[in-house]
Amino acid sequence: MEEGSVQQAHVHAPPEGFLRKYVFSLDHKVIGKQYYGLALVAVFTGMILSWLMRIHMVWPLAKIPLLEHLSSAGAPGGVITPEYYLSLMTMHGTLMVFFVLTNAPFAAFGNYFLPIQIGAEDMAFPRFNMMSFWVTFIAWVVLMLAFFIPDGPPISGWTSYAPLSAVGKDAGPGMQFGMSLWGLSIAIFCIASLLGALNFIATTLDLRAKGMTLMRMPLCTWAWFITSCIALLAFAVLLPACILLILDRHAGTSFYVPGGLVISDRLQPHSGGSPLLWQHLFWFFGHPEVYIAILPSMGIVSHILVNSMRKPLLSAKVVIYSMMSIGFLSYMVWGHHMFLSGMNPMSALAFSFPTLTITIPATVLTLIWLGSLYGANIQINSASLFALGFISMFVAGGVSGFFLAQPSIDIYLHATYFVVGHFHMVMGVASLFGVFAGTYFWFPKMSGRMMSEPLGKLHFWITFIGTYCIFMPFHYLGLIGNVRRYQSFVDDFMAPYLGVHKFVTVCALITGAAQFIFLYNLIYSRFKGKRAPDNPWNATTLEWSIPSPPPWNNFGDRHPIVYHDPFQYGVKGSKGDYVMQDSPEQVVPASGD
Amino acid sequence: MSSTIVSTVNSQTNALPPSRRASAQAALVYERQERVSSSGIWVGVFAITMSFAAFTSALFVREGTTDWGHLVLPSVLYVNTLVLLASSITLESARRALAAGPFGNIEGTRKASAWVMITLLLGLGFCAGQFHAWQELRAEGIYLATNPNSSFFYLLTFLHALHVLVGILVLVYLAGRLMASHTTFRRSWFANTAIYWHFMGGLWVYLLLLCRMKL
Repeated sequence: MEEGSVQQAHVHAPPEGFLRKYVFSLDHKVIGKQYYGLALVAVFTGMILSWLMRIHMVWPLAKIPLLEHLSSAGAPGGVITPEYYLSLMTMHGTLMVFFVLTNAPFAAFGNYFLPIQIGAEDMAFPRFNMMSFWVTFIAWVVLMLAFFIPDGPPISGWTSYAPLSAVGKDAGPGMQFGMSLWGLSIAIFCIASLLGALNFIATTLDLRAKGMTLMRMPLCTWAWFITSCIALLAFAVLLPACILLILDRHAGTSFYVPGGLVISDRLQPHSGGSPLLWQHLFWFFGHPEVYIAILPSMGIVSHILVNSMRKPLLSAKVVIYSMMSIGFLSYMVWGHHMFLSGMNPMSALAFSFPTLTITIPATVLTLIWLGSLYGANIQINSASLFALGFISMFVAGGVSGFFLAQPSIDIYLHATYFVVGHFHMVMGVASLFGVFAGTYFWFPKMSGRMMSEPLGKLHFWITFIGTYCIFMPFHYLGLIGNVRRYQSFVDDFMAPYLGVHKFVTVCALITGAAQFIFLYNLIYSRFKGKRAPDNPWNATTLEWSIPSPPPWNNFGDRHPIVYHDPFQYGVKGSKGDYVMQDSPEQVVPASGD
Repeated sequence: MSSTIVSTVNSQTNALPPSRRASAQAALVYERQERVSSSGIWVGVFAITMSFAAFTSALFVREGTTDWGHLVLPSVLYVNTLVLLASSITLESARRALAAGPFGNIEGTRKASAWVMITLLLGLGFCAGQFHAWQELRAEGIYLATNPNSSFFYLLTFLHALHVLVGILVLVYLAGRLMASHTTFRRSWFANTAIYWHFMGGLWVYLLLLCRMKL
């Protein structure tokens, strides 16, 4: 490694003052932590909402006293009304998909580690970077406002299907101002995500250190890069969709609302619009969004597995190409969300085929992870447990995708708990397992302290078993014909299965409570955890070559030159069984190999 | 926007004697900056293209419905088109004037600022012309919500004008930098603003053709 002796000019000056250091910071590391903090607030809000929904579903008359103060109309006397159940569901979905699954694995970890892993001092456009976080923050505030207006949050679900989302208060409580806030919030979120994606792409293309060829980038950098390409396309389509929705609601246009539509006994003053148009635009964004949530976790998990296995993956190149094909195919499959929307049955077939094709790169990825594990001396810790848990969730949740991708089967399973179980496992929990794995793995670097391993393992086992207990029964309930979005099942044909729902609710309460162990671990370790060395996991990538936590300019006055790919494990290096990416030493295969 | 990016490039200059390092480093930094902002602008152009593609596909879906009519475009639009295309030529002249001489030469800068001022006037003229087109339609009683054709017309022209206004704001900033003496100036900024501005011209021609043929 060579040291530069020239007086440094930096991307930005060292931050001075509280505001520049912690609030309006240009430092990608602070911005990454801000995204993480926002995602943390959003995930706990979303989780508590899911508790409320689960409790209401099996004990519809349960009194939840605090809720009355939040919405006297939605929960009179603390008892949730059916409409308010839908409001809670909408907010749960919107918070989780946008503010957790998009923010945590992609924006938070990507911001923090992408520049360091490629040897850059900061993102390409630090001011845009700061803006994209604060615009996201505004989007979150606008969304949360919906809880505190008399109208309440919308009841449309996170997909906000037209025409009900486009006609205003006739569509039910929350559909007047609450729905407007939703549309505005998502439009703002799109702008922030576009700025973020632009920054990620320019940074990866142009700011790589000397020697950091594309194929030498760590797999999570690859995942963030591919994700940012997907996000750029996806959010550029959702933004126009939201603009059209806002115009339909407030300017009297008719993009989505057909003529002669009567809602709540009132003829709607619109003509000729197409409700299917919203579905097409929304799902053109919506399906790639699934991969925006899962791809970064795939990258993080690959990154962590290589490290804990102490040997390279069977083929890193194939992992990269698989992630690319998943990203590419994600744009051809949006119609599989619309098999029952009344579109041409032939097009259902056309969407079914690429959907089934996605299972090929997904299976290849899984086989590479599992195949690489064969014969590996894997180090078991909280990070690697969650990485292995990710594979389990991804497979268990992904397998049901084979069924749903076929129109003939989907006709029966559409909008049942089978679908809910499928996407919660494969997109929600799997992606969150990637975030947990990333947190346990990178926390020492981000804070300079180690997290508690016993607490981490306890957190893993409760979450892992709890997740299966919650979402596996969902699949069976769906097969029975349990429709999603119903507020309770006590007095219809589902009544005999109320016991299953009660079991799920209890499991959800326990699994949710276990997340407070994680929160405690996070806060406790931040202040009282054991001091972390620079490279606690004996890892090869550049983030481990700098102090924990990193200084404001990452590499100080040092300029990393990269000599190796990040998979130099199981070799004989001066530090042990690995050689770091910026180490100029020659790689010697370990004896016995 | 970043001001200087050094860390990832100056390792290449470490072999040079200290006296020569600084200038070699500055050249590398300059090149790196140009690449970053050039990637940035192309990615941005791509995102905007994608958004307008989404609007276009919405238009094609909406076109198939029963209440689709016909909109006679205000003729001032064709004048506006010429104005915007002319502004592209003047901005290109400014860019070339600046690029012709060595970095920071007075003659080139003086010429460039004159061309930029003309570009600004033409840009503002385009926006005023678009505003006039909207007024003309309003005078005929055609508003945003009158029919789907007018909805798309107002929407597409307004969003395009909004993007042009962003370009104008950047041009105002650049003109200020050009005219203030003794300030450093990055040519990559100028080149990238020019790319954006030409893209706005191209996008407008596309939108005009789309409106002419479909609305």
